[in-house]
Amino acid sequence: MQEFRYRQAKTVESALRANGTYLAGGTTLVDLMKLNVLQPALVVDVNPLPLAQVEALPGGELKGGLRIGAMVRNSDLANHPAVKQNYTVLSEALLSGASPQLRNMATTGGNLLQKTRCYYYRDTNYACNKRQPGSGCPAIDGFNRIHAVLGGSAECVATHPSDMAVAMMALEATVHTQGPGGERAIALKDFYLLPGTTPEKENVLEPGELITHVTLPAPESGTRSHYLKLRDRAQYEFALASAAVVVRLHGRRMERVRIALGGVGTRPWRSAEAERSLEGREATAENFRKAADAAMKDAKPLKYNSFKVELAKKALVRALETAAQTEQRG
Amino acid sequence: MSTSIIGAAVNRVDGPLKVSGKAQYAVDHTLENLAYGVGVASSVGNARVVRVDASEAERMPGVLAVLYHGNTPPLYRPAERLEHSRAGEIRPPFEDDQVYYYGQYVALAIAKTLEQATAAAEKVKVQYEVRKPAVLLSEAGKPEGPPRVHSSRGDAGGAYESAAVKIDETYTIPVEVHNPMEMHAAIAQWEGEKLTLYATTQGVLNYRKVLAEVMGVPLEDVRVISPFCGSGFGGKLFPWPESMLAALGAQHVKRPVRVQVPRSMMFTTVGHRPLTKQRMRLGATTDGKLVSIQHDVEQPTSMVDEYVEYCTGVTTMLYDCANVETRQDLVRLNVGTPTPMRGPGIVPGMFPLESAMDELAVKLNMDPIALRLKNYAETDPSANLPWSSKHLRECYQRGAEKFGWAKRNPKAGSMRQGDEILGWGMSTSTWHAGRGGATVRVRLNADGTARASCATQDIGTGTYTIFAQVVSEKTGIVLDKIQVVLGDSTLPPGPMSGGSTVTATVLPAIAKAADQAVQRLLEAAAMTPGSPFFTEDRANAPKLAMTSGWVHEADKPYNSGVPFDEILIARRLAALDGEATTEPDRAAQEHYSFHSFGAQFMEVAWDPGIARLRVTRALTVIDAGKIINKKAGTNQILGAVAMGIGMAMFEEAIYDPRTGKPINNNFADYLVATNADVPRLECDFIEYPDYYLNEYGARGIGEIGLAGVAPALTMAIYHATGVRVRTLPFRVEDAIGGERATIV
Ligand SMILES: Cc1cc2nc3c(=O)[nH]c(=O)nc-3n(C[C@H](O)[C@H](O)[C@H](O)COP(=O)(O)OP(=O)(O)OC[C@H]3O[C@@H](n4cnc5c(N)ncnc54)[C@H](O)[C@@H]3O)c2cc1C
Repeated sequence: MQEFRYRQAKTVESALRANGTYLAGGTTLVDLMKLNVLQPALVVDVNPLPLAQVEALPGGELKGGLRIGAMVRNSDLANHPAVKQNYTVLSEALLSGASPQLRNMATTGGNLLQKTRCYYYRDTNYACNKRQPGSGCPAIDGFNRIHAVLGGSAECVATHPSDMAVAMMALEATVHTQGPGGERAIALKDFYLLPGTTPEKENVLEPGELITHVTLPAPESGTRSHYLKLRDRAQYEFALASAAVVVRLHGRRMERVRIALGGVGTRPWRSAEAERSLEGREATAENFRKAADAAMKDAKPLKYNSFKVELAKKALVRALETAAQTEQRG
Repeated sequence: MSTSIIGAAVNRVDGPLKVSGKAQYAVDHTLENLAYGVGVASSVGNARVVRVDASEAERMPGVLAVLYHGNTPPLYRPAERLEHSRAGEIRPPFEDDQVYYYGQYVALAIAKTLEQATAAAEKVKVQYEVRKPAVLLSEAGKPEGPPRVHSSRGDAGGAYESAAVKIDETYTIPVEVHNPMEMHAAIAQWEGEKLTLYATTQGVLNYRKVLAEVMGVPLEDVRVISPFCGSGFGGKLFPWPESMLAALGAQHVKRPVRVQVPRSMMFTTVGHRPLTKQRMRLGATTDGKLVSIQHDVEQPTSMVDEYVEYCTGVTTMLYDCANVETRQDLVRLNVGTPTPMRGPGIVPGMFPLESAMDELAVKLNMDPIALRLKNYAETDPSANLPWSSKHLRECYQRGAEKFGWAKRNPKAGSMRQGDEILGWGMSTSTWHAGRGGATVRVRLNADGTARASCATQDIGTGTYTIFAQVVSEKTGIVLDKIQVVLGDSTLPPGPMSGGSTVTATVLPAIAKAADQAVQRLLEAAAMTPGSPFFTEDRANAPKLAMTSGWVHEADKPYNSGVPFDEILIARRLAALDGEATTEPDRAAQEHYSFHSFGAQFMEVAWDPGIARLRVTRALTVIDAGKIINKKAGTNQILGAVAMGIGMAMFEEAIYDPRTGKPINNNFADYLVATNADVPRLECDFIEYPDYYLNEYGARGIGEIGLAGVAPALTMAIYHATGVRVRTLPFRVEDAIGGERATIV
């Protein structure tokens, strides 16, 4: 770990003025600082900021949607009654992530910005285009079982490993920020960047820009949702493949479908192809399978992760089956 | 007190210390002026160190020294076989300028705080002349030298050729890492020429010997203290570099130095279960009688040591077969030296043997238990000796009954339950029942308490409690008035905590020492004026007894006598000691073969729709003689089964052939079973005391619970999925297609 300066910010303005690296739960940042992967000169602790509320937006009930402060802990968010009832997929995704201890620390803002678990990114003795642009990618010819089959480039195939972000992608969340240039609202689908030739640039945030909160649109009546995560062991492991689905059914007809996949993409992977193939159709096993094929149509597996293509399809089909059977919530 | 405390379900006497955090583990010892050593681990797997530049590190705050090859006089080598001492690696740290494996210590930074030492270690610049490391079996080249194991009875090759039914398969187990919760650590303190080492070890006496040898000081000048050990699983039998570096560093900076191995280095510098590639050939008649077994093992060791994982021993004794040939070859790789890991030899040997037996059962369309009974070894075929006690048949029967084996439909994929398909598997389990020599001291104190001491150690298995139980059984003193002192090399010599031998070894010595202490007390009662049993002729001792902590006339109730401490007080003694040394009965060892047996039954649930496999039931029935403490015994078996679930389903160190690094060297990426992966486990003991081994009839149980888990689980996986897993661990790609990383 490199020496760094530490400052606490009590207000958003002072956090922005400090112009350093924000420290929320620290479960990504401190871990990577210990490994010398991240070496901030100034760490700005944003834990005191008044951003730890989950509240319904104006409009009565949840008509205006839900506002989630950036500092809301993953455990608190997962167990919040409004989330459990109306955004089941998000609660399930959060509870499938990491361990209880980590979830008690991890925050909404930090989770969105967590780093990849790529072995080579985490070890400074290796080249890594994400860590050190232009140095190379040892994962492409290395042990790449956990890497992405969607969205990769010749420079980087690291997954974005968040579960929460996958659920938020399917819920069409919006990220709200404040930065040197003022406030912004960024649709989550536009928030993450593909690695392309600049894998070091993972999202559209500008330096110093602070996530203040995330909003979720109002839950539509008749909507059912589910998150399914597949992995080697039952707990405490990142997804090999996961699926978040939000489905509005009319009888057996799927009026509106939102689908995102985790563990397989270089970013939380919203699949418009799969959504299109289902909307307006019957909720049948055959249609689910077609949607899964559509979602993985462009997959480019590496040497050791070809199984992820089939695994992701299985996750999606089962998630759709489960959601389409679930009693309507809330 | 009655003898019922032996065999009861007893709480650990050290439990309250552990749960309250008062138990002192190695790094909990606080010494004045303590300095901290942090290693610089090689970031390459095969190299020569051209230059170590510590100039920046040495100037950093709090730094006391940076040690490396070139600025430190070399340590001596351990004497090994010559002195029956053993180190993890024969090569002491910094002996030469070579890097033999990734993660090897190339320097040690010592500073006043852990943080300062960590920061300094990062600033040590090491320049390497890098060579390509060899970490995959395919890179190792041909085995050098003769086979390290070669045994043959009958004509296995000929019998195989003419056998009606044949199995010829190769099974691979990857490198597994012990990863005890408490990482290896040592604090070394020199007082003049005398060294005290606070360590976490399975053998205080072996650590003392090796430390004396490598530091070049007389044995009596070294003391090793390890009151608690956060488990070892075999990885703490032999001292590793960190304990030598602590001693070297402390000598150098003239203050106590602590070196704790970080989790990442637990994967490289403190041993592992080596990779094994094992070819198993079985020949049988059409009704399932084995006519030939051939077991060939290829196994990598390190560049500096010859560690042989003795996988083939079990093959020669488990089943009745006239023609058996085994052979083991060693190759060398750029990895650290392998070391025994829970169930060494037998656990990795059982996987191919029992898997091949299942493949044979499938081929013969025969029930796997029936196949095993058909080849039941009534005597030990490897030694031509009767068993001291064997009740494996009953293990199979009881296990099958409890598990409901009769309801099994043998067809793969046939036992559907909703979205899931159940798979059932079973395996034999075994472990050799060893016993060694030990000396124990038992002391009866005038304050009404007792004390037992021995230079063995409790590595979390319940040894403290067993000492207290035997003393309590012999004296009637209640457990919480019995102090047990272990884990200190100055105590009477005791066994290493390995090979599941401690219980069988120490029981007779504790009993004899306690008897002796009681005898002395009774004599004191008879000869001391003021004692109610005193007579002028002092002849009462033979008529006396000690029960429930009271001395009394043997034919009267205990409370007709007096509490034992009154005798000591009357004689104005602080205490009376008994000390005894016991050795195994050599004659019995020559006439019988000592092994424990068991049967393990596993159920998995396979959800093909989402390619999800989970273990749902696990039953183990064990024949290990008398069980001294039901709670600790059950705990050993269940813990071993949980570990076996990890072995079959998750554990695998993955080496990057480019650097030699095990790239998953942390607990997020190296998967072990979590609680959620472990179903409710069941364990049943059938207790036939083995009196040929010791007067309690008890054999060890630390390892046997692991031996059959992996083959039973892969059999269950086959039964559920139709996929035979011959390379551990199971991976989802085995079932749904996809290439696995090469490890061989
Ligand atoms: C062993 C392990 C297992 C894990 N398993 C899983 C898993 O299965 N699934 C999963 O989804 N996650 C998993 N995680 C990741 C975990 O969810 C993240 O580490 C956590 O969510 C990060 O949140 P934090 O608050 O601790 O972030 P921090 O570590 O504090 O910050 C992370 C990054 O975000 C920046 N940041 C934080 N807050 C803000 C803000 N408000 N505005 C702008 N920038 C900000 C920081 O500067 C930093 O760069 C695992 C982590 C570990 C260590």
